Amino acid sequence: MSTPYYVSPDQIWEDKKDFVDRGIEQAKEVIVLEYKDGLLMVAENPRKTIFKMSEIYDRIALASTGRVSEYEALRVAGIREAEIKGYTYYREDVTGKWLTNLYSQHMSAIAQTLDAKPLEIELLVCEIDGHTSTGSQIYKITFDGTYEEKDSFAAIGGKADSILEILENTYQDGLDLKEAVQLASKTLEAIEADAPESYEINPNTIEIACLDATLDRRKFHRFSIQETEEIFANAS
Amino acid sequence: MLKLRDFESTDFFQILKDRHPDKLGDWSKLDGTFESNNHNFLEGTTVLAVVYKDGVIMAGDRQATEGYQVGERRIQKVYKIDRHSAIAVAGVAGPCLEIAKLFQVQIEFYEKIEGVRLSLDGQANYLSSLVRSNLNLAMQGLIVLPLFSGYDIKNGVGRIFKYDALGGRYEEDTYYAIGSGGKDARSTLKKLYQSHLDKDNALKIVVEALWDAADEDIATGGPDLVRKIFPTFTIITKDGVSEVSEDTIAELFQDLISRLEQS
Repeated sequence: MSTPYYVSPDQIWEDKKDFVDRGIEQAKEVIVLEYKDGLLMVAENPRKTIFKMSEIYDRIALASTGRVSEYEALRVAGIREAEIKGYTYYREDVTGKWLTNLYSQHMSAIAQTLDAKPLEIELLVCEIDGHTSTGSQIYKITFDGTYEEKDSFAAIGGKADSILEILENTYQDGLDLKEAVQLASKTLEAIEADAPESYEINPNTIEIACLDATLDRRKFHRFSIQETEEIFANAS
Repeated sequence: MLKLRDFESTDFFQILKDRHPDKLGDWSKLDGTFESNNHNFLEGTTVLAVVYKDGVIMAGDRQATEGYQVGERRIQKVYKIDRHSAIAVAGVAGPCLEIAKLFQVQIEFYEKIEGVRLSLDGQANYLSSLVRSNLNLAMQGLIVLPLFSGYDIKNGVGRIFKYDALGGRYEEDTYYAIGSGGKDARSTLKKLYQSHLDKDNALKIVVEALWDAADEDIATGGPDLVRKIFPTFTIITKDGVSEVSEDTIAELFQDLISRLEQS
């Protein structure tokens, strides 16, 4: 008879965490920050159809990084559950806190399943209250379902901590759209300062989206390449 | 844990049918005991759509009837679906409004998941299946009918789709009107319609058609000058869907009334 092997829960948890950390280290960063009209989401992303930020429901958006297939499934599930809830009750009743809980429960259940691979993703659930431009929430969710509420700005991805360090000193309230995009792209450039080749964010390599309180019911807006070029042209 | 098995589906109606049938109407129990003079449900009356030079204008009166009574004076019958389409409904009000809501959610659901808008023809076809899902209701004589319009960006024209109770989909390239006063509105539009109408002239004939529908059909509401309730007008062009302001509509009716008084 072979001896059943024993691995301590501490060890299992430690291994899973290491595994996810190694995955997230490679993940491109997403910055979310509050600006004059709502929340701005910015990421370096040269792709034209695979996005890091997307619309979930009227006032709610999702920013994600890590494995695309994994966060894509959560994006779709989030839209579906939000639509079902809004259809059953009222559109206003779908909230960022509710969605965050939904994702959190799902991610923690997977992380705690012994033989399942934990999700190599990090999420930011973004929400504006839609009435005032400053009423916004940002929830950061990590692989084990842990989530926290962020004030004014947040970041996910490999170098998220460096981004937060920079933003602590450079972020200020009441930025307009151009200033906010400029701050975000300068921050993304700054964390790559050690790159062997000179590194510059341009309209073709950046993805910008926002939750804009001045819009009608659907507050999410993804900036087209033309709109992005316009922002960059006037910002300099 | 979240259920991810519906990952592939872009069909919100199907997801509700599979997972939440309780949230959809079940009409299979109806046994034909509704009597026309003993209504306990509301019916919506006249809605119309007119193609003009820059797109489509849709309009609907505001009245819903309950048998021979006025059931509701401010009901809205035209709803925006996406940036370039809108639906108008006539018939049994409850299921009508539910179809409009479900259709709107479905089209937006598709757009968010796929990242691109569902084509106008795709939307029109999908609506067929929603109408068909109310077949049981239709068999009881409780008809739910939509009129669907949109701006076709590819071809740069406004388009109108009408439906029959079995979900049949038919395209009209000029104008159409449905509901109890639909025939009266159509007669007026038939006499006044011209191709390449500009916006002002299109609005004029829409107002006249609504007036005639209310004039001839007892169920259709006209402009309510005392309560200041006017039909709603929705315009769909390449720039999107917009509502005509109440003041403008009031003025249009006032103009028509002056013209009628003089003649």
